[in-house]
Amino acid sequence: MEAVQKPSLGERLARSLIWLALAALAVSILLPVIWVIMASLKEKSEFYGNPWALPQGLYLQNFVDAWEKARMGSYFLNSVIVTALGLVFLLVLSLPAAYALSRCRFPFRKGINTLFMGGLFVNVSYIVVPIFLMLVDANQLFGVSFFINNKLILALVYASTALPFTIYLLSSYLVTLPYAYEEAAYVDGSGYFRTLVSIIIPMARPSILTVLLFNFLSFWNEYIIAITLMSRDAEKTLPVGLMNLMKAQNAAAEYGRMYAGLVIVMLPTLILYMLVQKKLTQGMTIGGIKG
Amino acid sequence: MRQRGQKVFAAICVAPALILFLLFVVYPAINIFRMSLYRWGGYSANQTFIGLENFRILFSDERFYRSFQNTILLIVVVTLVTIFLALFFASVLCRERLRGKSFFRIVFYIPNILSVVVISAIFSAIYDANNGILNSILGLFREGSPILWLGDRGLIIYSIAIAMIWQAVGYYMVMYMAGISAIPESIYESAALEGAGRMRTFFDLTIPLIWTNIRTTLTFFVISSINISFLIVRALTGGGPDGASEVFLSYMYDQAYTNSSYGYGMAIGVTVFLFSFLLSGLINGVTKRDPVYL
Repeated sequence: MEAVQKPSLGERLARSLIWLALAALAVSILLPVIWVIMASLKEKSEFYGNPWALPQGLYLQNFVDAWEKARMGSYFLNSVIVTALGLVFLLVLSLPAAYALSRCRFPFRKGINTLFMGGLFVNVSYIVVPIFLMLVDANQLFGVSFFINNKLILALVYASTALPFTIYLLSSYLVTLPYAYEEAAYVDGSGYFRTLVSIIIPMARPSILTVLLFNFLSFWNEYIIAITLMSRDAEKTLPVGLMNLMKAQNAAAEYGRMYAGLVIVMLPTLILYMLVQKKLTQGMTIGGIKG
Repeated sequence: MRQRGQKVFAAICVAPALILFLLFVVYPAINIFRMSLYRWGGYSANQTFIGLENFRILFSDERFYRSFQNTILLIVVVTLVTIFLALFFASVLCRERLRGKSFFRIVFYIPNILSVVVISAIFSAIYDANNGILNSILGLFREGSPILWLGDRGLIIYSIAIAMIWQAVGYYMVMYMAGISAIPESIYESAALEGAGRMRTFFDLTIPLIWTNIRTTLTFFVISSINISFLIVRALTGGGPDGASEVFLSYMYDQAYTNSSYGYGMAIGVTVFLFSFLLSGLINGVTKRDPVYL
């Protein structure tokens, strides 16, 4: 369609309205994000002045305070460990399972598949208290305090609750691969395990990347399981630390520290998003709905 | 021989994932139902089986009714507004010829990558009564005392609804964009030749052609509204002021975890689960249309 005529008045009006709507939503998203980043650089006295004023300088002391006094530094490390461990557990568990469930023939395959599909409907918010009680029981049973306040267990819970979605996503990719590759590998004398590791996993790389991206975001951002299972201060993760800062801000008016903490939680996800945004929005439509 | 080897291999592959899934997802989920039948004050000690007593108390619990009302209101308001905005922006970004399309797509999706805690902190900066973003904008137009967005019992639930919409629009927009861009260009061309305008094309072409897409997201809306409202309320208001912003799962969490009435909390969980299941089924039935084939 070539625009031969000059657009009519109605057409021009419609276009301006569309532009206005787009700009309004963009501003309503960007303005608060930029505002909190700016606020993280303000000195305490500046919070009592004009809220729209730009920060007078780069007051990085907020970040030092948040990092050291509010312990966001050690929470950051906890978050890195839990997220990394969770992702490793998740891949080690889900890749072989998704492979077997989508490409091998064995008894109960269909039932197990259905079970995992059902897991897509179980929301973490419902089961967080029963999980907590189960771990408390385990502590009493073995007479230890191993199961609560443990990064390893938290990572394991993250990985386990992410299994249904991840297996679904990986399986729907793996079934599309042609069988010829495996047959060729078997003819060459490669065993099942080696075929999985050296043929299938390299071919599944795009879907593995999608899985890593989504689960990185969900593990890094998660707070309700973390707040329930990690009551000891030294074991808390970043979002839980930010919640503490929000409460402290109300009590002691430590605005700068709170905003600095906010930026510390937000920045890694924003940077990652800028790098891979295309992959993320594409992957979402694969994992979400097809058609 | 190969058949047997494959079975062993498959078992080794599936077993670890299956065991952890049963342990951390299936068993706790079953436990919700079992525990809802007990009076359970503390840890494993002193559980008494009381049948459906928890549910009987629940149906005369005023605080539960308030959380029920709030949740319904949020589901309805958030779903309607978000669907409208997401469909509008999806169709604009797919169909219109304008500059900066990918910029807008990237920006609109940003709330989705943020932690709910971050979103709550951002909205506490927006809603802050004294030097929040919203009141300092409104201060240009109106006089008088600042509006307490998070302190007013009548306003709070709408303040939460706005935060939820802000968070959700980009996600559903991307979903609908996938549907719209799968519609063949030729259909739009013939519609344009017939003289159909923007509105006509949107309502008579785009919406019917991505109807299955929209239906699926309706179920998502029910499930995720219940969930996200809990996460936001817990981080932003803690249910306050005075229980005015309590929603389904925040009430469950308060009863079970904070108040240590585990059995009662789980009875709430069961009720909410059944409710969301029935509502999704109902919506699914009501919105059923004969699919449009091309």
